[in-house]
Amino acid sequence: MAYDKFNILNSTVVPLPTENVDTDQIIPARFLKATERKGFGESLFMDWRYDSEGNPKSDFVLNDPTYSGKILVAGKNFGSGSSREHAAWAIYDYGFRCVVSSFFADIFKNNALNVGILPVTVSPEFLEEIFTEVEKDPSTKVEVNIEKQTITLLSTGSFESFDINTYKKGNMQNGFDDIDYLLNMKDEIVAFEAAKKI
Amino acid sequence: MEKKTLFDKVWDAHVVKSVPDGPDVFFIDKHFIHEVTSPVAFLNLEKRGNKVLFPERTVATPDHNVPTIDQEKTIKDQLSRMQVEKLRENCSKHGIELHDLGTDHHGIVHVIGPELGITQPGMTIVCGDSHTSTHGAFGAIAFGIGTSEVEMVFASQCIMQSKPKRMRITVDGELNEGVTSKDIILYIISKISASGGTGYFLEYAGSAIQSLSMEARMTICNMSIEMGARGGLIAPDETTFEYLKGKEHAPKGEDWDKAVAYWKTLKTDEGAEFDLEYKYDAADIEPMITYGTNPGMGIKIKDNIPSTDGMEGSNKKTYIKSLDYMGFAPGEPIKGKKIDYVFVGSCTNGRIEDIRAVAEFVKGKKKAENITAWIVPGSREVEKLAIKEGLVDILEEAGFKLRQPGCSACLAMNDDKIPAGKYAVSTSNRNFEGRQGPGARTLLASPLTVAAVAITGEVTDPREV
Repeated sequence: MAYDKFNILNSTVVPLPTENVDTDQIIPARFLKATERKGFGESLFMDWRYDSEGNPKSDFVLNDPTYSGKILVAGKNFGSGSSREHAAWAIYDYGFRCVVSSFFADIFKNNALNVGILPVTVSPEFLEEIFTEVEKDPSTKVEVNIEKQTITLLSTGSFESFDINTYKKGNMQNGFDDIDYLLNMKDEIVAFEAAKKI
Repeated sequence: MEKKTLFDKVWDAHVVKSVPDGPDVFFIDKHFIHEVTSPVAFLNLEKRGNKVLFPERTVATPDHNVPTIDQEKTIKDQLSRMQVEKLRENCSKHGIELHDLGTDHHGIVHVIGPELGITQPGMTIVCGDSHTSTHGAFGAIAFGIGTSEVEMVFASQCIMQSKPKRMRITVDGELNEGVTSKDIILYIISKISASGGTGYFLEYAGSAIQSLSMEARMTICNMSIEMGARGGLIAPDETTFEYLKGKEHAPKGEDWDKAVAYWKTLKTDEGAEFDLEYKYDAADIEPMITYGTNPGMGIKIKDNIPSTDGMEGSNKKTYIKSLDYMGFAPGEPIKGKKIDYVFVGSCTNGRIEDIRAVAEFVKGKKKAENITAWIVPGSREVEKLAIKEGLVDILEEAGFKLRQPGCSACLAMNDDKIPAGKYAVSTSNRNFEGRQGPGARTLLASPLTVAAVAITGEVTDPREV
């Protein structure tokens, strides 16, 4: 099992209304030099979080004690750019289990699911509603229910359904990953390879 | 008979199994690895007690974090050295072909794959690097993957992928003077946006695309990911076959004829349907440059930076944040902006044709005093050719500094960093905040434009030098 099971998440959120948050911001390339997965949470959003002397920038949301929680809510096109899974590791290791946005970059979305972070795509209107509610009251909670595939803003009761295919949903609920599945298919794959021309 | 796109033909031929309401079990022909995204995959593979299923289908090279000077010496940076050593150790342990530092075919993974003829039409190719899309220039389905997926390929030669939708981008007509394939792709991204390709796999078509060399096609496919698309491909044709013939890993003799016969079937059938189509006129494309912090923020060099008219909410906030970072104001001209660095290199534009173009442009001229000019060849092969053809002498006379192959200042994992606040015009692929070093400001452009900027010291249309 690669990560903790995910069923219902009920948490306050950390709002990051910036659009096009790319993977170089999530974790700059200079922090990719490790040969094992450890300590990436500390480098999450490094250049937005700290100045060049390493002092926390007070205007960045992760440094604002008003906001905390296991859900990161971000502007559209989150995770664009590089394929570095380190971006997903940094988010997970920091303590987030879910990222909500109106649009995700493909590779990031795959990486997130592979490490146990649920990417939840909502409408631009619902995203705006979350930002507004959380700005009004930072203790606002959001509930993400993977079985029902719903995300609910608990302060207003408004909710939306989100998409996730049956296969990935099962993986998230059980903490399985694709490797478990692929290893069970080894014989089929070996036969497929043997029959290939190239 | 069912009419299929090129993408469908290649994809469908690699599906081992389709999971009901889930992804496809997708077979990978070739897997490229490098030092940064592979160590954790090897580690987890071993933790689970698995082996590399088909080691002959994986090829390795260290490129992302390697120094570009004194490569023959021990790497000074301890963490970089450890990653490179780990790659050597893992390749030797698992029987994987490695093109190490200093060997004949060392280089950026997306430069050496095609150079060696490993990349071929109809293949599926992955690498833990988003610019794997480069290999699509050969009519291959090639895309970047994460480290968990690298482990999957090691263990099973497959990954679990949902089939993307199909988009075709057609560029017809003749290209204007001074317009390169980099300008074509920056133009396309500026139209479609940095996220407009998300969920799609692209096919580039049309007479302007067909007229391009293989290297120019690679530049286009390379930046497919900058629209959010997983990848983009171009149907193979005589230009493709001509490029591949005789390459080390290309089929030989009878196998070559058989391969070409198969490759010729790799094109979109007349009447096959795409989920989305865009068409552009080559005549409208002019030398391009970016002014913001994503590759979709590009304009013609002659144009002004867009104003904030019509923008609102988080869109406007994001735009202003981006221009503040760049030190530019909405509505002002980009032409004439003072520049500090130029960088020629990367998997986007670090090939021999790029270096030839720059050398030809700067021949007999001197770089401006305010400019530091770096040229980083994409591979040893490119470096060797540049020396042999006398390009290095021309470049050095003009004041450029030639470094050794690697990803270098494109992502600044090694010491090749643009200092905070400085402006760099780069042939690379990303202008994200801090991409070329913390606080560095990047403007993306073609090798010709970069050459022009090097001479004048400011943002310049290459046709005006």
